[in-house]
Amino acid sequence: MIPAPVGYIRVDSTEAALAALGEHGDEAKILAGGQSLIPLMRFRLAAPSMLVDIAGITELSGISVVGDTVSIGAMTTHSALEHSGELAEACPLLAHVASVVGDPAIRHRGTLGGSLAHADPASDLPAAVLALGGTLVASGSNGSREIAATEFFTGFLESALGADEMLTGIKVPVSTGGWSYQKFNRRAQDWAIVGAMVAEGGAGVALVNMGATPLRASAVESALAGGASSVEAAASAAEGTEPSSDNNGDAAYRKHLAQVLTGRALRDAGME
Amino acid sequence: MEISLTVNGDTQSADVEPRTLLVHFLRDQLGLTGTNIGCDTSSCGACTILVDGQSAKSCNLLAVQADGAEITTIEGLAGADGLHPMQQAFHESHALQCGYCTPGMVMASISLVEEYPNLDADGVREGLEGNLCRCTGYQNIVKAVLSVKK
Repeated sequence: MIPAPVGYIRVDSTEAALAALGEHGDEAKILAGGQSLIPLMRFRLAAPSMLVDIAGITELSGISVVGDTVSIGAMTTHSALEHSGELAEACPLLAHVASVVGDPAIRHRGTLGGSLAHADPASDLPAAVLALGGTLVASGSNGSREIAATEFFTGFLESALGADEMLTGIKVPVSTGGWSYQKFNRRAQDWAIVGAMVAEGGAGVALVNMGATPLRASAVESALAGGASSVEAAASAAEGTEPSSDNNGDAAYRKHLAQVLTGRALRDAGME
Repeated sequence: MEISLTVNGDTQSADVEPRTLLVHFLRDQLGLTGTNIGCDTSSCGACTILVDGQSAKSCNLLAVQADGAEITTIEGLAGADGLHPMQQAFHESHALQCGYCTPGMVMASISLVEEYPNLDADGVREGLEGNLCRCTGYQNIVKAVLSVKK
């Protein structure tokens, strides 16, 4: 299908992007790689009146590691994350998760910031940033602010970003402790039916597609902190989740999967 | 909106509506109908082209996003000295049945072996996960890709 008629502005600075957002209000949408937004527009599930293309803002791409923090520009592609030697060393979980998003063609165009701002609970990268205890950097008409990943995802495809704000960067701690991502799906290139993510030896555990937002499995994290084994901790993985039922599986099946996959992820991350 | 881009080595300038998908621009405005449209859901990969040397699904890009880019479609592969090595490999391995997915498969495979030079058969299968063959003719496609990387 063809998207509804839309306006288009290309900007080469964050200031110009914010000015365009200010002018067009919530009728405008930031266009990053477009790999989630363009399908939505084609299905007419999204029909913004103005696209603000930020691909030309070169300073929004790149990965840098300073001290204990990895800073990643919002326009950094999945492919760049996947192939970054620096990221593989500083935060192997994030580099790995980027390598299993969609397929290579999608990874060449899709961006970390775009995936986070899209806030799809079935996407891989939002749960990774959540498990890692990351921070999102947003710029708006009142300056820039940092939002903890735990505060960022507010509902299905909804985030804490205001209509006048855009995501400019992502920070995650250097994290080389035991990690794993167990993504369960039936069709190649598909979204996870359920996914379980373990960061930093179990300090962060997050679930994909187990509710309206990506979730921290806090019951699992506290069980592990209290000395539980991987089997004991994984038993509480579905606690507090409200997964959807669809043609890939009903809610009870997803809850079962969350437990199984969390157990596998914990063991894969090196826990007893 | 005015865009200017390089398609198969030729500079093209055109006035496009912002909502025009790149695949429609290539097919309808430039007449490059070798790039097929298969699924409308960004799943099948029939419309895969190269943007600045990397595979991309041209149904999942707006033409305006390709302004200034270097695009290669299936029509741009063969030269005076014959088929592109990947086309030749598909030919020799008979890596097609109905042929509908073939242009996308060839373009995705060129990008794949460039990006991941050391793939084994499993890696090729996984790397082509974004390209569907409704005839399920994957066996010879994998064979063709492996023969090029050798």
